[in-house]
Amino acid sequence: MAELSANLLYASFVLYLVGTFFFGGAIKEKKGASEKQQNKWAMIAIYLTVLGFVSQLGYFITRWIASGHAPVSNLFEFTTFFGMMLIAAFILIYFIYKTPALGLFALPIALLIIAYASMFPREIAPLIPALQSDWLHIHVTTAATGQAVLAISFVAAILYLVKSVDQTQKSKKTAWLEVIMFTMVATLGFIIITSTFSAMDYKANFTWMNKYDKEDVFEYHLPALIGPHEGVLMTEGKLEPLVKMPAIIDANKANTVVWSLFSGIILYGLIRLIFRKRVAAIFKPLVKNVNLDLVDEISYRSILIGFPIFTLGALIFAMIWAQIAWTRFWGWDPKEVWALITWLFYAAFLHLRLSKGWHGEKSAWLAVVGFAIIMFNLIVVNLILAGLHSYA
Amino acid sequence: MKEVVKCECGHVNPHGTILCESCGRVLDETQKNSKMIDMRYEGSARRSQTYNKSMIDKIWNFFTSVKVGVSLIVILLIASSVGTIFPQEQYIPPTELPEVFYEAEYGFLGKLYYLLGFHNLYSSWWYLICIAMLGTSLLIASIDRVVPLYRSLKKQKIARHEGFLKKQRIFGITNTDKQASDFEEIKRSLESRRYKVKEENGNLLAEKGRFSRWGPYVNHAGLIIFLIGGMLRFLPGMYVDEVLWLREGETKEIPGTEGQYALKNNQFKVEVYDKENEEDQTFNAAIDKVGTIVKNYQADVTLYEKEGNSLPGEDATLKKIKDHAVKVNFPLKHDHYALYQVDYKLDELSEMSFNLMNKSTKETFGTMTISLDDPKTMYELKDGYSVELMSYFPDFEFDENQEPVTKSRIPNNPAFIFNMKTPDKPKGEVSFVAIQQTLEPLGENTYKMAFAGVDTRNVTALTVRKDLTLWIFFVGGGIFMIGVIQGAYWNHRRIWIQRKDGEIWLAGHTNKNWHGLKRDISMILEGTNLNEPEDQLEAKHIGEKEK
Repeated sequence: MAELSANLLYASFVLYLVGTFFFGGAIKEKKGASEKQQNKWAMIAIYLTVLGFVSQLGYFITRWIASGHAPVSNLFEFTTFFGMMLIAAFILIYFIYKTPALGLFALPIALLIIAYASMFPREIAPLIPALQSDWLHIHVTTAATGQAVLAISFVAAILYLVKSVDQTQKSKKTAWLEVIMFTMVATLGFIIITSTFSAMDYKANFTWMNKYDKEDVFEYHLPALIGPHEGVLMTEGKLEPLVKMPAIIDANKANTVVWSLFSGIILYGLIRLIFRKRVAAIFKPLVKNVNLDLVDEISYRSILIGFPIFTLGALIFAMIWAQIAWTRFWGWDPKEVWALITWLFYAAFLHLRLSKGWHGEKSAWLAVVGFAIIMFNLIVVNLILAGLHSYA
Repeated sequence: MKEVVKCECGHVNPHGTILCESCGRVLDETQKNSKMIDMRYEGSARRSQTYNKSMIDKIWNFFTSVKVGVSLIVILLIASSVGTIFPQEQYIPPTELPEVFYEAEYGFLGKLYYLLGFHNLYSSWWYLICIAMLGTSLLIASIDRVVPLYRSLKKQKIARHEGFLKKQRIFGITNTDKQASDFEEIKRSLESRRYKVKEENGNLLAEKGRFSRWGPYVNHAGLIIFLIGGMLRFLPGMYVDEVLWLREGETKEIPGTEGQYALKNNQFKVEVYDKENEEDQTFNAAIDKVGTIVKNYQADVTLYEKEGNSLPGEDATLKKIKDHAVKVNFPLKHDHYALYQVDYKLDELSEMSFNLMNKSTKETFGTMTISLDDPKTMYELKDGYSVELMSYFPDFEFDENQEPVTKSRIPNNPAFIFNMKTPDKPKGEVSFVAIQQTLEPLGENTYKMAFAGVDTRNVTALTVRKDLTLWIFFVGGGIFMIGVIQGAYWNHRRIWIQRKDGEIWLAGHTNKNWHGLKRDISMILEGTNLNEPEDQLEAKHIGEKEK
């Protein structure tokens, strides 16, 4: 069952990948065609996406059967589920607005998220006592769904910005847009580097002195550019660290960050060298036929749909469960605080849009910031800020 | 007398009205020349936009401002994120002193964090003031808007003024000679799309989803109730938060219940996932990777209620209420109280046994067992042999004067001073005994207390909680959800259709989701001779681009 589950996830990944190309074809095909009619490419693309979603749903169900609990209990499972719900939200929005260009951006982002998820331990793990509750299924799935729908607003915002930002001259806007592009390239870099070294089964052990002056052990899965405090390499034939960190910094994580940035810079540099253009400028021709007002509305609409779901899942259900498991419904744990921050941010967004008339480009930049906060809560809070939610 | 504005249509509007409540005619001079009118709050007279003289006006206007509201949200958002950089004081190890911990753990930044009070950020006065201001803003801003909006929507006439229609975002004119038949057709199809259609002198108003306009005010009311819940927590008697450490076999009064309840710990256990166990086989790979994974923390307890009035110190009669297995996620609930499994200690010492022994002959003269919670002062052994327990240090250490003292009452490291009385030493010999340590402070002894074994037990820690404010939070949260769904998932759409000598005028407005309104209109117009109206905003954008 566990193997079937893994294969279904793999299949959905491939389907999304192929679907992306068909969405690309759909844009090329219909120049100036009305939005109401879908061309053949778009039809095939959305079929593939739905098929991929069904396959991923199969992964979810079979893994649930195999483990006996909803597979949302660690970083791999949660992030994969988030990717799946992003696809679901895209399918929903697609059937309302019929914009293939949205698929061209939504699918790759979902692919990145699912691939990123697979870099974390994938074994089926049992539930620790704090997670043994039906609220695990209710709270986590609703929160992830809310975040995924909110993420669609980011996808639409990217579409908006790629089209609206003037690429003929250098500006703050082009620079920030490149920052977004670079982040995605660096994520890809992280995925490539991690899976390459994991395929080679790279392991290097270090003994080091932690901040309490006690000897500790680190297992590195990437060659150590950054070594731990007073680290001594214990595995023969592996790279000696180039620099060593003070004891209060987790050198293993710092090393991963440096590798991601490093590979991101190389990949990004290569793209710039080959195309002789900003990355956002490469995509610009693809969005030529996009109706900006419509994309702006999609972005706003997905926030309107996602905000109540997010509130319900990430705050209300979260509070109910926290009252049962942790004795209090609110305890200022970092994950709780960042859910509140996300909520406050989108509340501010809605007020600015409704009362201050922040439409179009301003609203698109805000949607990007909102997604950055969601990703921060998913990645940084789990991996770096210690708290009750650090299950990975 | 209150100032009023009388519109040409005869309707009397309150001072400050921008669009006549009844016919929609533009009353505010500044708006007369714009191509489209601002439909927010229906152009109604908001107190905050009208008066700005007295102190009260100024305070009112401050709190109604969206700019102020959003600024407060952003301040809270940034402050909240700062509070997550390092752990809050409640999450640092309980044995650590915060003034030492932050600097030792995080260096200079940690020290700064502590000095600025960020280790208790969420209960700081300035954070609470920001929340209180946001709450005030929610209340005042809602009242300022909801009252005039309600008036406007209630008073709106079916036949709106020409200028009102022309300046809507969606607007179109069709010349047609089949006015009457098209008109009926449109009416039918509007009704079939669940619009409420009102007709008056050949003019038509179709409206749908007006209740979604109240969504924001409903959700704000929910939030205000939620914040009130937070304030009520500070009332005495509403909230109990205590911890009860309970050893196996022990019965204790439950703190925070004013002596009403007592609890007995029958057993405490920790279970781990076991590779040998067939059910857990799926998890073998994960277990191999991390080592041990805990499956269950469980305290089997019995809850008692005290009967009758007992004086302090007197043993009350206990009536058993129920047995319960307190596990994480499965608290014991009774009479507004809940007991949660939060911590534990395994294998705490409970009893220690010693043999009285002659050091040279190794002959023993009886065994004594000391209960570490309730030691006796005298232990009688064989005829003529007895041991007096002169001093007991449950958690022993030497202080700076090398005197034995105890750090706490918990038997973590017990030590004893015995006086061993034997027939040949009737006055007794004094011996100091601690774990793996014996001292003879008053000279060489003939006898010693030889260690003969220990007994241990587990201890559970339970949080005792009573929170009478919970239902308020629940009601507030529920109302918020209703309001936010009402506002987000429904749209207030209006379509005005008027017949004017040979022409049909059509205008549309929605508070959001213009795509949906346009789709509605194009479906309604299908099969009629009417032209689809223009989106004047889009036309404007296209016009701008072509310039």
